[in-house]
Amino acid sequence: MSDAAISGAIGEPIIEFRDVGYRLPDGQPLLGNINLSVRRGETLVLLGRSGAGKTTALRLINRLADPSEGEVLVEGRRTVDWDPIVLRRHVGYVIQDTGLFPHYTVEQNVSLVPRLAGWPELQIRERVLGLLALVGLDPGIFLKRYPHELSGGQRQRVGVARALAADPPVVLMDEPFGALDPLTRAEIRGEFQAVQKRLQKTIVIVTHDTSEALLLGTRIALMEGGGLKGLYTPQEFLQSKEPVAAAYAAQLHALANFERGR
Amino acid sequence: MNVTQFFSEHSSEILRATLEHVWLVGATMLLAVAIGVPLGIIVARKPWLSKPILGSANVAETIPSLALLGFLLPIPWLGDRADRVAITALTLYALLPIIRNTAAGITGVDLAVREAARGMGLTPRQILFQVELPLSVSTILAGVRVATVLTIGIATIAAAVGAGGLGEFIFRGLAMVNDQLILAGAIPAAILALGADFLLSIMERVLRPAR
Repeated sequence: MSDAAISGAIGEPIIEFRDVGYRLPDGQPLLGNINLSVRRGETLVLLGRSGAGKTTALRLINRLADPSEGEVLVEGRRTVDWDPIVLRRHVGYVIQDTGLFPHYTVEQNVSLVPRLAGWPELQIRERVLGLLALVGLDPGIFLKRYPHELSGGQRQRVGVARALAADPPVVLMDEPFGALDPLTRAEIRGEFQAVQKRLQKTIVIVTHDTSEALLLGTRIALMEGGGLKGLYTPQEFLQSKEPVAAAYAAQLHALANFERGR
Repeated sequence: MNVTQFFSEHSSEILRATLEHVWLVGATMLLAVAIGVPLGIIVARKPWLSKPILGSANVAETIPSLALLGFLLPIPWLGDRADRVAITALTLYALLPIIRNTAAGITGVDLAVREAARGMGLTPRQILFQVELPLSVSTILAGVRVATVLTIGIATIAAAVGAGGLGEFIFRGLAMVNDQLILAGAIPAAILALGADFLLSIMERVLRPAR
């Protein structure tokens, strides 16, 4: 109950992990005992170091992988009961290297999912223009460009626009700002916050960057060695006595002290 | 009589043989692409089938061409017509580069692109036709180019089973120890090979996806 109070206006669980484990086909466990729920409208950050199982957890949500133990539910239905194609079109997906199609223009990349979903041409056009404006790209300049003609930051913006194209209620982001230089990164993060304020999507972000987690997350799920170490609001995270969380917080404090010392 | 004179005097005969040659090569390439590209897709998609498929194509490549024609002649429907025998043999030779390049093109597609395509909810079919094949076109065409040039050369053997083509001049020239006859077959074949190589290399460049 107190949990709900903390997260304020945020709604019912839209993604749930119940005793989830995942093993590779050779038996090597990547995830174990994950229990977690993501509520409508919140931004949950999966924070942890490389190999902690963050990306694997994310891939279980849109059925790029199926859990070996337990179950993952999206909108109350087990992912294994969803048609994977329907589920994936229902959930936006942004990855670090953007995965933009190099042979498609910005327009074709962004319009792909609505087109597959059979939207009328006029509506697709309108949607693409609106999305590019939303992510801060002038359609007059960028519509006909190919991904290789864009900077890293612009590509990432197109990646976000593409993930939002069919207006999915849930968006998954795997290190969405990971490949960017620090300044562009800060800029896009800021824009992301503004966009999220407007759209109120349910978002799950994977990152290994503590300050990013604190800035963007309404809650932080700390992962380590394939397990969930704890769930925190940004405030709780900074004050946590849990050793791993405390280590992250200490690293932030050290940085702050270093800056103060100069 | 010099070579130019010989060519102008026998121009209609040379033209007919050249057209026959083009027909043999054209039919072969259509068949080889129709068979080789799907096999290449299977090789890329199902690793356990890649060894048997590539292995068989490799073995076909090692059979001496005259022997292969000989093996095919007694086969019922095939052996009825010389051009069927020739086209079948040529297709078997042309398969390997096409299969190999198709598989290489598809497995070479950026992992992030494939992951994004899956994550966006494209069906395996849509991933193949909208992402993997378009991104592999230039690699596949490079294979087709190698196979075409190869086939234009080997197709001269077709004359051995009476399938016509530029090989007729070469075989006649060999039998009569007449260099001009040999050249009447060899020169147009070389020109065909260079022309095909040039045209396909342009197609390859035009169709290469932007990167």
